[in-house]
Amino acid sequence: MTDATLPTTTSITDLLMQKFPESVQPDAREGYEGVVVAADRLVEVATSIRDDLGFNFLSSVSYVDYLADGFFEVVYHAYNTRTGGPALTFKARTPRDEATLPSLTGIWPSADFQEREAWDLMGIRFTGHPNLKRILTWEGFEGHPLRKDWQEPFYEEEAKPFKSRWPEGHVRRAEMGVPFGMNVQYPPGFTVDDWVPEGETALYSGLIQDNALTGVGIQQIKTDQLIVNLGPQHPSTHGVFRMTVTIDGETITRLEPVMGYLHRNHEQIGERNTYLMNMPYTDRLDYISSMANNLAYAITVEKMLGQEVPYRAELLRVLMVELTRIVNHYWAIGFLLNDLGAFFTPSLYAILERELVLDLFEATAGSRMMCNYMRFGGVAYDLPPYIGGPAVKPGDRARELETMAFIRDLIYERLPRATDQLDRLLTTNEVIISRCKGVGILPPDIAVAYGATGPVLRASGVPYDLRRADPYSIYDELDFDVAVRYNGDTYDRYLIRMDEIRQSLRILQQIVPRLEETAGQDYWAGKRAYNVRVPVGAHYGHAENPKGELGFYLVSDGSANPYRYHIRAPSFINITALEEMCRGHKIADAIIILGSIDIVLGELDR
Amino acid sequence: MYGVGILKGLGVTLKHFVDTYIDDFKWGLRRYTSDAGFQARQSTETRGLFTVQYPEEKIAVPERFRYIPFLVVNDADHPTAPNEPWCTSCGICAKVCPPQCIWIVRGSDPTTGRPIPQPKAFYIDIDICMNCGFCAEFCPFDAIKMDHDYEIASYDRTTAHIYDYEKLAKPLSYWQTIAPTRAEQERLAREAEEVAKAIKKRQN
Repeated sequence: MTDATLPTTTSITDLLMQKFPESVQPDAREGYEGVVVAADRLVEVATSIRDDLGFNFLSSVSYVDYLADGFFEVVYHAYNTRTGGPALTFKARTPRDEATLPSLTGIWPSADFQEREAWDLMGIRFTGHPNLKRILTWEGFEGHPLRKDWQEPFYEEEAKPFKSRWPEGHVRRAEMGVPFGMNVQYPPGFTVDDWVPEGETALYSGLIQDNALTGVGIQQIKTDQLIVNLGPQHPSTHGVFRMTVTIDGETITRLEPVMGYLHRNHEQIGERNTYLMNMPYTDRLDYISSMANNLAYAITVEKMLGQEVPYRAELLRVLMVELTRIVNHYWAIGFLLNDLGAFFTPSLYAILERELVLDLFEATAGSRMMCNYMRFGGVAYDLPPYIGGPAVKPGDRARELETMAFIRDLIYERLPRATDQLDRLLTTNEVIISRCKGVGILPPDIAVAYGATGPVLRASGVPYDLRRADPYSIYDELDFDVAVRYNGDTYDRYLIRMDEIRQSLRILQQIVPRLEETAGQDYWAGKRAYNVRVPVGAHYGHAENPKGELGFYLVSDGSANPYRYHIRAPSFINITALEEMCRGHKIADAIIILGSIDIVLGELDR
Repeated sequence: MYGVGILKGLGVTLKHFVDTYIDDFKWGLRRYTSDAGFQARQSTETRGLFTVQYPEEKIAVPERFRYIPFLVVNDADHPTAPNEPWCTSCGICAKVCPPQCIWIVRGSDPTTGRPIPQPKAFYIDIDICMNCGFCAEFCPFDAIKMDHDYEIASYDRTTAHIYDYEKLAKPLSYWQTIAPTRAEQERLAREAEEVAKAIKKRQN
């Protein structure tokens, strides 16, 4: 994809430094990449990055608290979706005591939620942000939890392993450590009983005011405007996700996603964990595709370690990840049909095949969903000879299916057949067409501006896939096409998933003979160490997950635990464009538009 | 023509409906009563329904299946050290545990007070355990293994969910039953290590 005539990342940063000699400096710290931009010129430089250098896509906004140096650093990663290639990294710093930076939402709307997250969790104010309020925690939350000097109630220790576990061994139920009612800290002057959800009233009144100004303007008759609250406890929102929708008659005029109900401060947990401990935690991000999360995290840490991976391990990784992609898309399509009202028949047909894939995961990795399969330098286990186990308990039914035959059957016979069948069942169905075609259109420029990735971006006519744009693992030697559809509506987001299933099958059909050739070879390089030491530095690693780009921004200070562990979650950022997609449609369409984005709350709320 | 797509879709559901019974006719009751029928029902060959009628029938879990860990101890009929734990309280499992659910108290000699390689107490909070399997994977002594018993519902979470040594200790023969191939591989690896050690000793 990269052409020899295209400028390399170094020459691009040189260009930038020539253009802004005073305000752009290279990041000279060892192990760091990118440039540091002076905060007062940030908007100007960012505009130039977008317009002159062609980095039209702002992928991730990470933020780090350098407590010892007294500043916060916000790290931006931008891509050029037309040429592909690695990210352009630029950073801006702000002192800790009055943390303020200019907002980039005017240049890239994809910064919207990410800057709100940085405000919420790190306490960095972004001037010029249209709606800077907490996004994952609530107003009664004291402090900004990702600051290095923030401590939770009943704080135990800065990093795991905790001494109380070994050698001291003070056994205590976890709940006893955080007594109910005392396990929270409120801001000064905040009492729960007197609390009126200020954010809520502000949210509602804000919606009405704005609505009165803009209106929809298509109604001839007088209609009432009202606010409908969808979720968080509703199956159509795919988890504890909530939308506040202002409707005029039945037409949506404004929509605001409200999230954080499943927030567990995953990133701070990750900073107390050692590098290896984070592996099973990544399973719990997008829990439908844990194998893919494992891969994204493993390649990030391996890059920092300079760790090589044996060829067979790469094959096993791609096998698992592409099966995951198929499973995820089946799931997404099945539940999109549920949202359309086809109660469970299509989704059960789709997830029926998933059971067999999960059988393979269970026999290989030990668990159906929380796979925890990959390690730094390979994978935990090779394929087992058989799928099945001994009957032990009363009622146990044993089975013994030869693994390679099982995989061949799945990849050459069963999954292609099931995909064709799903295609016949759904693609030309008139009800689906009339509900989905032209609904929730996301034009390519808006998709890029709002940071949509994965199937959502590719259904809008932008053929951007990290497996091709910035290849990792062994994708560059595999033959497959980047699926793309051009209408950007809900129907195309359905079709793109069918296309991607077929492309994944194409990849898998190239993997199977390679797996047979490499049987018995190493699947893990180096020794089985639980305490990896990652050299000092920072790295942003990313992978094309079934839902979009999953990125990890890791900062190592040389200790056993990552200093910073930031996740760019595809579900979280894809939802930024939800309002754009829903405005002007009927309220019933909001459900299927949300379904066609395919979110999972495990990674949305982190 | 409007409706063709719907009819095609109905064809698919009709095929599913018919498929549900084809295997039933082919296998008869054996599809549900015999092991061969179960295997065919739970393989890539299966057509139609492949529901497992839990709890009347259960899928035997694979050897690598991970659930709450247990501690390996010698069998009760061990010639020299019956019921003795393999654990040396080295603490690697507690150190590698991501949610930190393992508590170990190191044993000490009652007369000298010096540490001995045996745990005085061993606790696992199963409410916290995330079944990742790191403890078993990184234990250098094969002393902690992941269990296969997933039916552990209880009526009182406040008292029943911290497993102590008594509850965690399970004989080696249990591990050999639930994971025969792995137990055998581990035994061979341990023997090879013993031999290597002996050779090294003789060379010195």
